[in-house]
Amino acid sequence: MKIAIPVDNNSMDSSVCISFGRAPYFLLYDTETEGSSFLDNSAATSQGGAGIKAAQNIVDSGAEAIITPRCGENAAEVLKATEIKLYKNINNSIWDNIEALKEGKLNLLDDIHPGFHRHGGN
Amino acid sequence: MKIAVLSGKGGTGKTLVSVNLAAAAEAAVYIDCDVEEPNGHLFLKPQDIKNEGVAVKLPHADPKLCTGCRTCVDFCKFNALAYIKDRLIVFSEVCHSCGGCLLFCPQKAISEKEREIGLIQSGISGNVRVVSGMMNIGEASGVPVIKKLLRDSRKENKDVFIDCPPGSACMVMESIKDADYCLLVAEPTIFGVHNLEMVYELVRLFQKPFGVVLNKCLEEENPAEDFCLQNQITILGKIPFDLKLGTMNSNGQIASRKHPKYKDLFLNLLETVRKEARHETASDT
Repeated sequence: MKIAIPVDNNSMDSSVCISFGRAPYFLLYDTETEGSSFLDNSAATSQGGAGIKAAQNIVDSGAEAIITPRCGENAAEVLKATEIKLYKNINNSIWDNIEALKEGKLNLLDDIHPGFHRHGGN
Repeated sequence: MKIAVLSGKGGTGKTLVSVNLAAAAEAAVYIDCDVEEPNGHLFLKPQDIKNEGVAVKLPHADPKLCTGCRTCVDFCKFNALAYIKDRLIVFSEVCHSCGGCLLFCPQKAISEKEREIGLIQSGISGNVRVVSGMMNIGEASGVPVIKKLLRDSRKENKDVFIDCPPGSACMVMESIKDADYCLLVAEPTIFGVHNLEMVYELVRLFQKPFGVVLNKCLEEENPAEDFCLQNQITILGKIPFDLKLGTMNSNGQIASRKHPKYKDLFLNLLETVRKEARHETASDT
């Protein structure tokens, strides 16, 4: 299974990025081949709609699951149209999260926040 | 002449100044551009109300024609479009209705649908034609409503008073774009100076002639006045911090219609603004 995780740096020592749409990179990890690659998140610097573009990039990458601390409603709307599953991370370590996912210990992310666009409450 | 009334924050007195100036003038148009929470009509209480909807255009892809080439998705700088599972998803709140996706679609698969985002309400209050923009709850931007408000008012030959939204962001820029003169309202506090500075920077950026009205003036020290003096900003007038004026205002009354003293105050202010505006426009040419 291919997993996508928003990360702060393009290395396996990186921590999970607190933001989804504005994460500088996405780690793409394949649990079968154990191969990893990093996707430059072109959405990180966009003025608006970062979540939408980031979600589009992840869908295009062929990921089947995402591990993330949070996800805004626009990104969730894009992902809803796919079979990609959203999981809530347990801590900041990439490896801990991958292991936890393999063991089925991660929970699905169900609190989708309304975004930080300075409207809609935040 | 079009006079835009602005301030760095809400509650400074934009509406007080706008409605009183409009009421003091012989014939005027009052335009409420504070489309998130218009309140000028609560004072002017216009009659013969007419409503007109404001709509924006949203792209819509014909799934039979769309080949999923994503030209539109890549073009959209606002990321309002996503193409997922053979389907184009449009984020209506993110879309700025620029129409670019429609123009660039190689398959001509995109058409536009209208979506109502607010309305314009107009009526008459004595000598004043009152026009208010009202944005629907939940909408992200009131700019399209303001655009329509001001486009419709271009043919007016009376004095136009534009009651701007608070602050100095997009909606304020849209409101002052066509104004001949900007009137900044300021409060006599340190915080008031901070807010004044924001709109002061904005009107300079737009190279608009402007002046300041000092509101809620007391006998004591006035930091906003000091700021004007230091920066050689024209002070057009002072409105006193007075109980009677405050009471009339909080009861939704227009002081310049109720009391000759305030009528004089706002007539004088109007004269000063006119003189300044003429002077500024003359020195520009």
